Amino acid sequence: MSGWGAIVIGGGLHGLSAALQLGRRGAKVLLLEADRVGAHASGASAAGVRTLGRDPAEIPIAVAALEMWRGIAGLVGEDCGFVQSGQVKVAETEAELAQLGERVAKVRALGWEHEEVIDRAELRRVLPAVAPHCVGGMIVRTDGFAIAYRTVLAFRRAAEAAGVVVREHSPVRGLERSGGTWRVRLDGGVTEGAPIVVNAAGAWGPRVAMLAGERIPIGYSAFMMLLTSPLPPFVTPVVGATGRPLSFKQLASGHVMIGGGHKGTGDLETGTYRLDIDRAAYSARTALELFPALEGSEIVHAWCGIEGVGEDDLPIIGLGRSEGLVHAFGFSGHGFAIAPAVGEMVAQLALYGQSNLPVAPFNPFRFS
Amino acid sequence: MSGMVDVVIVGAGPAGIAAALEASAQGLSVTLIDEQPAPGGQIWRGVEQAQGAGTLGQDYVAGADRARALRASGIDYRPATTLWHLDEAGVASVLSSGHSDQIEARRVILATGAMERPVPIPGWTLPGVMTAGAAQILLKTAAAVPQGPVVLAGQGPLLWLIAQQLVAAGAPPTLILETRRASPVATALGHLSGLWRGREWVAKGLTMMRAVQSAGVRVVTGASGLRAEGKDRLERVTWSGGAQHAATLLLHEGVIPNVQVSLALGLAHEWDTAQLCWRPRLDAFGATSETRIAIAGDGAGIGGWQAAEARGRLAALDAAHRLGRLDAAQCDALAAPWQAELGRALAIRPFLDALYRPAKEVLLPPDAETIVCRCEEVSARRVREAARLGATGPNQAKAYLRCGMGPCQGRLCGPTVAALIADERGVPVQTVGTYRPRAPYKPITVAELADG
Amino acid sequence: MFRLRPEARAAVRVTVDGRDVSVPEGASAAAAVLLAGADAIRQTPVTGAPRLPYCMMGVCFDCLAEIDGVPNRQACMVPVREGMVIACQRGARVIDPEAA
Repeated sequence: MSGWGAIVIGGGLHGLSAALQLGRRGAKVLLLEADRVGAHASGASAAGVRTLGRDPAEIPIAVAALEMWRGIAGLVGEDCGFVQSGQVKVAETEAELAQLGERVAKVRALGWEHEEVIDRAELRRVLPAVAPHCVGGMIVRTDGFAIAYRTVLAFRRAAEAAGVVVREHSPVRGLERSGGTWRVRLDGGVTEGAPIVVNAAGAWGPRVAMLAGERIPIGYSAFMMLLTSPLPPFVTPVVGATGRPLSFKQLASGHVMIGGGHKGTGDLETGTYRLDIDRAAYSARTALELFPALEGSEIVHAWCGIEGVGEDDLPIIGLGRSEGLVHAFGFSGHGFAIAPAVGEMVAQLALYGQSNLPVAPFNPFRFS
Repeated sequence: MSGMVDVVIVGAGPAGIAAALEASAQGLSVTLIDEQPAPGGQIWRGVEQAQGAGTLGQDYVAGADRARALRASGIDYRPATTLWHLDEAGVASVLSSGHSDQIEARRVILATGAMERPVPIPGWTLPGVMTAGAAQILLKTAAAVPQGPVVLAGQGPLLWLIAQQLVAAGAPPTLILETRRASPVATALGHLSGLWRGREWVAKGLTMMRAVQSAGVRVVTGASGLRAEGKDRLERVTWSGGAQHAATLLLHEGVIPNVQVSLALGLAHEWDTAQLCWRPRLDAFGATSETRIAIAGDGAGIGGWQAAEARGRLAALDAAHRLGRLDAAQCDALAAPWQAELGRALAIRPFLDALYRPAKEVLLPPDAETIVCRCEEVSARRVREAARLGATGPNQAKAYLRCGMGPCQGRLCGPTVAALIADERGVPVQTVGTYRPRAPYKPITVAELADG
Repeated sequence: MFRLRPEARAAVRVTVDGRDVSVPEGASAAAAVLLAGADAIRQTPVTGAPRLPYCMMGVCFDCLAEIDGVPNRQACMVPVREGMVIACQRGARVIDPEAA
């Protein structure tokens, strides 16, 4: 017991971001990571910084986060490889394009103007390599992407500079509340205590919640990513599809990253995963159909990130039933972009019981 | 998907061929896949059609018998077939002539052999710098020898074997830079029993060294501080105290197990303090921590081809036992002679490992600008910087710098990246672990994957 | 730079970057590149540095070449065939190697 102000459980990007914001607000923070920092979804992320196509509930957070990304070096001391390359969602049929048009109209009616529909000619202009059958799309020109692991390490260093103590290989075994303090039980008979606990344990979030007696029944997935060897530059924005899962981007180094929701099999006990070769093949087919030029390019690497997934594809963000407990996990494969803003929300929830950005849609107990 | 087989064996070198012949003899259905176009592995490369095999020695001739036996066996042998993914359930994804296929097997024997230890000296990426083993493969498969001044640098039995083969092929090296530090006499005194059991081996080695020296090849011993220099190709080799104009530099600091697939599968590995490399944790029959998968040959730990054959036989007998073809007593009885053979073959190793222990500068390049990851061109300096910025192990460095994420998948930079991080953190190299390689084990094109 | 041993039977004709070369059956495309005396088999995608085969056993991937029109093939793993066309792979692009 060493009088911590807050204990953050989980050393992914969300845990680090929350710890950073708590630290900046003067709290003495201990961050506990069961494995190593960024070992799962955060380090394995495609690292898209996307406001495009967000669920309306997430739009305010994504827009606030994008503002933070523009000044990310001021927040964490380096640019994290962030570029505003734009993000495009491609329509392969007229029906899909109509669907995108409705979507943009709906979002505009809510007062958000970041998305726009583009026609075939404009799609060709921003994506010259796209397959001829594509008819148009939806774009946010100020969106972009960062480099996942660089971001994780930058957040870690910034958090440590703000006084956060990061302890890796420290799985949490028990959580008990007594006398206004959480007792966090670790291996080897070690217990740490703090009035505030943040559960940012990603796919393991429900297990941590259960240690505090709170049932938050969400699932998890192992999101699969493919990486090609470096290719001459041919795609600038991050690309998604409308009718099927795809996330596609080319890094400054020429490598192409292909993801978008195809899943392998994760194992929460061991933290390991298996690729699903059939799904990887499907993913390769989708990429090839949208970008025929990829045909002879080589896939040099494939991996998965194990991530918590809600039934409604929205994260868990909010106060627990117990006092001094905040949950922030289950970002369902699209949490990277919003991590800077969610860190602030979590710090506000933990310290003041409320957040500047709306959290109601992310109520931890909406499934029970 | 091809049909279910009893055993899929990966690699048709000494271990893989022995395993295939034994498994087949015990009545198991076998599929043997191999990347190379012909059987033999590295030691017996091109053995079926070697031109001038006479200069390559007796061990090479033994390979011709094994290749013939394999061809005569009727085993489903698939050359030019690359394993790019394997799962614990025994489904092997393979690539052959641009098509992906899956083979489902009750058991898997990995016989993926060894690779030469990376020798990351300044300039080792220059055209003209190769491994010594590469020169041997060129000699075996293409009857090709280096032209212009050749420097052989490093240490170990293979270095001298290749020197002798080049002499016999009429292309003697200009200079041998031997990097060995250990004294043969002092090392021998520490390993007398192994040395006695391996005496024929030692005699053979001495004959090779004499043959090379009597051909007038200059030998510099105790060489250190090696550099390959030149603009767009090798022009000069320098070392502490000397320089030599050279067209070809052949590097060799021994061999290490090729653990790419076993690491990718997440099998338990242990650090071999004698051979300074990782190797899979195995039982006496080669079974791994995943009981469906066994490993035989130099991929189990460096032992040479006789040990590899014995390990192949043992893994196959174990497969036959586990699949109900042999009871425990039968299996043990059949295994006994191979266990004895394995013991004989391994007896000399502790002496060799001590004698040819690589110098620290081979494991940990002292020059900061030395390229460590050849694929992504990442220098030692950048790996050290990443370690200081919080990349605590090779996988973190990979995520940060993309070293080890190029087409070679970290095969050539893995040991060095781990050593640099360990050095930067001030911890033993085994504590920082290894890359966890990921499928595809060998690159597969988007079209090939899409086709699968 | 490599040469054939005098007694070698070089029966297979291939071209390397437009140069004709005869090599023994069973040799790899990478061996043909070395026998042809090419300056490089590829240029690295990161800095455009020239490379020639390094390991010849399928480990290092420094022999990636375009063979019969198919790019990125490991030349050391591909046996020569009569009439094979091997081309140096020029993947050079100037980018900042520090950029991730």
